[in-house]
Amino acid sequence: MSKIKITEVALRDGSHAMSHQYTVEQVKTITKALNDASVPYIEVSHGDGLGGSSIQYGLSGTDELKLIEAAVEAADFSKIAVLLIPGIGTIEDLKNAHRIGADMVRVATHVTEADVSKQHLETAKELGMETVGFLMMSHMAPVDKLIEQAKLMESYGADTVYVVDSAGALLPDQVAERIKALRQALTVDIGFHAHNNLSLAMGNTLAAIKQGATRIDGSVRCLGAGAGNTQTEVLAAVLEKMGIETGIDFYKMMDIAENIIAPILPGTQEITKDSLTMGYAGVYSSFRLHAERAAKRYNLDSRDILIELGKQKIVGGQEDMIIDVAAELAKKNKITV
Amino acid sequence: MGKVKAGIIGSGNIGSDLMVKLMKSETLELTTMMGIDASSRGMQHAKKLGLTVFDNGIEGLAENPDLVDIVFDATSAGAHIHNAGVAKELGKQMLDLTPAAIGPFVVPAVNLHENLHAENVNLITCGGQATIPIIHAINQAAKVEYGEIIATISSRSAGPGTRANIDEFTETTAKGIEQVGGAKKGKAIIILNPAEPPIMMRDTIHAIVEEGSMDREEIMASVQRMVRHVQSYVPGYKLRTEPIFDGNNVTVFLEIEGAGHYLPKYAGNLDIMTSAAVKAAEEFAKNRLKVAANK
Repeated sequence: MSKIKITEVALRDGSHAMSHQYTVEQVKTITKALNDASVPYIEVSHGDGLGGSSIQYGLSGTDELKLIEAAVEAADFSKIAVLLIPGIGTIEDLKNAHRIGADMVRVATHVTEADVSKQHLETAKELGMETVGFLMMSHMAPVDKLIEQAKLMESYGADTVYVVDSAGALLPDQVAERIKALRQALTVDIGFHAHNNLSLAMGNTLAAIKQGATRIDGSVRCLGAGAGNTQTEVLAAVLEKMGIETGIDFYKMMDIAENIIAPILPGTQEITKDSLTMGYAGVYSSFRLHAERAAKRYNLDSRDILIELGKQKIVGGQEDMIIDVAAELAKKNKITV
Repeated sequence: MGKVKAGIIGSGNIGSDLMVKLMKSETLELTTMMGIDASSRGMQHAKKLGLTVFDNGIEGLAENPDLVDIVFDATSAGAHIHNAGVAKELGKQMLDLTPAAIGPFVVPAVNLHENLHAENVNLITCGGQATIPIIHAINQAAKVEYGEIIATISSRSAGPGTRANIDEFTETTAKGIEQVGGAKKGKAIIILNPAEPPIMMRDTIHAIVEEGSMDREEIMASVQRMVRHVQSYVPGYKLRTEPIFDGNNVTVFLEIEGAGHYLPKYAGNLDIMTSAAVKAAEEFAKNRLKVAANK
């Protein structure tokens, strides 16, 4: 049966849920265990990618290069991936990550802005890295636009192009439509990255695989932004039942989820009202904790902030708009009271 | 008072916006447009305005050096290296709007007086022109240990040059935050937002000040003075909401609406570059006229 390659994102996407406070020890332990469970790719970076440590997104507790280095040392089977969002991280950051052993880079842009990834993808190719083009907030563009942008990434040298449902806003039919169109338009591999904000991560992932996606992201115990991603240990089990090979030992994955991840989670990764609202309103999943804090500061319902951010078509990375929108809402509330 | 003669290299969006602004200047007389495509919209418009038009770039000026005293370069970093060499040989003062950054960084509201005689000055980046004044203002009231800025611009106002080399923005702006803004460490982030109708340029500035030096009133007063100063040459520059103080951290929110001269109003990022360049050139011109009058 067909082969699906899974990338575990708990050490990158999960960094949002951990407020970017992963320690070298945690990364070492988790990577070693994932490596033993035969997970092919493990992504390690600040939640917002290389160079993401900032007041805007949250300062890293430990320099991400130290975390990447620890992961590289702990893995003899799994390949270590890093995320790079042009405008936040730079080619210099990429070269530093490559120097310490990162094998793959995923260069991420908003779904309509693929052309800013050209230099980074080309440099990664020159460095001999495996390359992925990562089209974030894919729900915000019509299918033809998505294809046009994916083709750009393909032309820059991406080995794989991902449809990234950063807001967890896509419905299964929409995922199927997008992957099917990309499968027809591109020759490179197609990937899919889900968020579980509408409880559709697994359903969407299966829809993507059915249409030809072969690269899939998961986060063990749903340790990702918002309500997390497709739960890796569950995905491994489901695919095994479907006769689709992933190479992952899902029994070991269950142990990692239960014994290593669960004890370090700041809270359970369930679909809270904020995550649900993000999926409903189409808001970037890493806004969850920032919106909670802003709601507290301005005495607002965090859902109202998230809905307004969705209305204003705020894109990934615009965390500063959360405070801006909250301040505006607080002002309006005062006037109406 | 007489005027100082000015010329523009590059007839694209930035060059065309400079053209509109310079035609209104009381101290600069725009005489020349140097492009490479005589049929381009900017070159055609320059002809209509009665300017001398060269379609062989700065080489035209080399053959007619008396036409211009101050040159604006709105081409690209690569082209600027050549243009800067020619301008230097001709003894022309150069305002560099490209990322080449051969000359010192200049932000008119911060360090213009120190660079009045520089043969080549660089305008840093749009995000730098918007945010470095605020970092500097905070730094005057309380020592800035770390300055971080986030510039959000509409996708439509990000030209192919910016897109092809987005690292130049983050790296150059971060350097400017340190060298001109005075922060010990600088960081810059740029976000492109494709929303329609296009959003205005927005900038957020986070500064961490030295332990024990936080003085809210002094910082507020300094920031407000600076905003008024920048408004004198970028009228659409304003604070969006009240600055936020949190421990040693200050956050300032800005919005920049363009003047709508040649470029649309949402392109505040481009307007602040051309406005800063014209402001700097006008000060250079005033200084030259003063020196000439005293001779």
